[in-house]
Amino acid sequence: MQALRLSRNALLSIAIPIVAVMASFLIGGVLILLVGVNPVDAYSAFLYGAFGNRVNLGNTLSVATPLILCGLGIAFAARGSAFNIGAEGQLYIGAIFATWVGLRFAGLPGYLLIPLILAGGFVGGGLWGFIPGILKARFGINEVVLTVMLSEIAVQLVSWVVRGPMLDPNSYGLPQTAALSDAGKLPLLLKGTRLHLGLLVALLAAVIVYLLLFKTAFGFRVRAVGFNARAARYAGMAVTATSSLAMTISGGLAGIAGAIEVSGVHYRLLDGISPGYGFTAIVVSLLGKRHPLGVVIAAILFAALQGGADAMQRKVAVPVHLAQIIQALTILLAIVGEYLGSHGFSQFRALLPAGLGAAAPAVAAEE
Amino acid sequence: MSTILRMCNITKRFPGVLANDCVNLEVERGEIHALLGENGAGKSTLMNCLYGLYQPQAGEIYLNDQRVEVTCTGDAVALGIGMIHQHFMLVPQLTVLENIIASLRSDKGVFIDKRRVRQQVMELAQKHQLQIEPDAYVWQISVGAQQRVEIIKVLLTGAQILVLDEPTAVLTPQEVRELFHILRSLAGAGKTIIFISHKLDEVTEISDRVTVLRNGRVVGTVKTKATNKAELARMMVGREVLFTLEKEAVQPGETVLEVEHIHAFNDRKLPAVKDVSFVVRRGEILGIAGVDGNGQNELTEVIAGLRKATRGRVLILGRDVTNRSPHHVLFQGVAHIPAERKAVGTIGEFSVAENLVLVSYDTPPFARLGWLNQNAIDRFARERIQEFDVRTPGPGTFAEQLSGGNLQKVVLARELARRHDLLLCVQPTRGLDVGAIEYVHRRLLEERRRGAGILLVSTELDEILGLSDRIAVMYEGQIMGIIPNQNVELDQLGLMMAGALRLTPQPAA
Repeated sequence: MQALRLSRNALLSIAIPIVAVMASFLIGGVLILLVGVNPVDAYSAFLYGAFGNRVNLGNTLSVATPLILCGLGIAFAARGSAFNIGAEGQLYIGAIFATWVGLRFAGLPGYLLIPLILAGGFVGGGLWGFIPGILKARFGINEVVLTVMLSEIAVQLVSWVVRGPMLDPNSYGLPQTAALSDAGKLPLLLKGTRLHLGLLVALLAAVIVYLLLFKTAFGFRVRAVGFNARAARYAGMAVTATSSLAMTISGGLAGIAGAIEVSGVHYRLLDGISPGYGFTAIVVSLLGKRHPLGVVIAAILFAALQGGADAMQRKVAVPVHLAQIIQALTILLAIVGEYLGSHGFSQFRALLPAGLGAAAPAVAAEE
Repeated sequence: MSTILRMCNITKRFPGVLANDCVNLEVERGEIHALLGENGAGKSTLMNCLYGLYQPQAGEIYLNDQRVEVTCTGDAVALGIGMIHQHFMLVPQLTVLENIIASLRSDKGVFIDKRRVRQQVMELAQKHQLQIEPDAYVWQISVGAQQRVEIIKVLLTGAQILVLDEPTAVLTPQEVRELFHILRSLAGAGKTIIFISHKLDEVTEISDRVTVLRNGRVVGTVKTKATNKAELARMMVGREVLFTLEKEAVQPGETVLEVEHIHAFNDRKLPAVKDVSFVVRRGEILGIAGVDGNGQNELTEVIAGLRKATRGRVLILGRDVTNRSPHHVLFQGVAHIPAERKAVGTIGEFSVAENLVLVSYDTPPFARLGWLNQNAIDRFARERIQEFDVRTPGPGTFAEQLSGGNLQKVVLARELARRHDLLLCVQPTRGLDVGAIEYVHRRLLEERRRGAGILLVSTELDEILGLSDRIAVMYEGQIMGIIPNQNVELDQLGLMMAGALRLTPQPAA
């Protein structure tokens, strides 16, 4: 089986993120000590806040849901060599489309309406991914700039539609749309929590992305184009079509996240529907090594950081900002670790000042 | 003669590769010392250690019996060591003299005494019979002349030891002869030359002594006069090597490829292929000779659908495929072995198995209704690996972990497995070792016997002469002539490669 083929590279790619996470929690522990709190107390409060009871666990998984979907989208684009920074915007456009579908077909039963809402999200996000995708593939325009700019537009677009064309006439001027019908709301998975069916949708999406990438001819093409577009072209693959389609699917996945935020959390469209899930998802994809399973794990971790940090502040008065520090450290260490893994320690030595470098050959010899 | 340079027990390790393993090298003053070995044998690594580009993990370097530390190229230059790389470090928009000045460290701060440098350059050029035009722009002068500029740059630094890394790879036969003349003159004047090469002919012609490297180790150092090509090849490869393969007489059959008045641009939007016409028939190898960069690559890309022809037609088995997609062309019965097996022919991050189905991954039995059949892919890969003797731990190994020769076997195994009537073959043995070259050549001749039409583009004249039935010479995008491969005069080929002799009429503009 291919999945069991654990070469040195595969082992490293699994080990590096894990070590990075553990090391950043260790460093975080030192910081906690410095503010005069026992790290054991702080981290037990953290764990309780993230996973300690039904409500906390539900909240964590509920936050993880859009992170998983956006992370999958970014990972999919990255496999096809495009750096999709605009998942946030794709989420917003997905939310607009989903809300419109939800309100327009409010009378349908749930088993029809919910798939329609999700499809609406996919189409909206997909459109917002296709635009930069085709511009990059066809004209070579930098997709990073395009996706960032389109993100801004998307956020403002939501701001406008909830005040203008989609404003709920009965909202007494609050900038929001009307609420979805009950059939359009995602059912809760755990009573008394915020956890809704969206989590299962996200997990299903992870499975589908995995199958698409690694088990289909289309995925083969996406990966080939992503690794080496010249070789893909030589081998007769339609490079432009493949990479713009990959960006479309990428945006579509983020768009589903938007649909789920509407029909699972807010039940309507309003300003600032996402607190930056699309941006956090960039690091989710990075830490998850662009693999669907890795993305799911990394998304849950980053979701846990939020709930855990809140609990830490409440119980032992460690500022919530510690979560941001740990998050940043994790990313930093993962990137450095990846560099060391692929280039070896001897080249890293060249980056160090001369004195340090000269003292280090023992490390290089052991490697 | 006295020993000028001793490198003792040099060990250089890269992650996963032992590039130099306790290498010892002794070079005498005033000799031309060849470093011979297959690609990846560690020749360039060793010289990069000497030149300060790499730091070996172990070993010492002695110059004139003095232990020296070379931690950067500045150290090497100060010690009188100069290196001429395969790729020249010249600015095309500057003149020869300006390029030379740019490489100098001025002793007058920011000011440069241009007249004095010119004088020095001309003196050096005269002394070693290095013909250069100091005021010509580099883009105007030939590759051989550019190499002479590089040599002067190194001489100006006061180098006593000159290292040349595969210096003949980009030269015509005449230019090679000229270079050898210069090298002998330099050695006669007391300079020491280290000449890196994997070509036996050159090494036996130019060197006084040869050190052979294999797999990062020294096999031995021999006097060139006391050895021969067969022995050197044996040392290099570790087994007997056949130099000339038996070529059976094959009666050429129907026309497989017709190229009619093709024009095309290169990536810089300059005309690269100008009015090229020829045919390739079944059971025939048409060799396209020429110095690298004269439009051969662009021409094959046009045939393969990878580059637009601006004029002209390409017919495969009579069907017009001009400017059709690469996919369309590949499935008209074309097998394509591209020039760059690493950058184009394979995907390093893909497994050997995935690379073996890189073209036909979405056709049965490898895929049905869009789903990959991993079992069929693996089974096919194992068969191919065995048939082509690809040295890999298994079909799941990443292609980037294979050596050049094994990678080329993967490309061959994939392309020859698909139904094909035409084989496009560009630089099929570039950078391969003698053993792998022999293998590739054997396969090509087998394809010829089987009745495929083969277009062979190569800058190696030996390869062209050894395999082709007819030879077309390309120069600046034009075919200078197509001649049957019988009693070919090397001089005539050389003149055609340099653009000095044309057997075809001047194309209409």
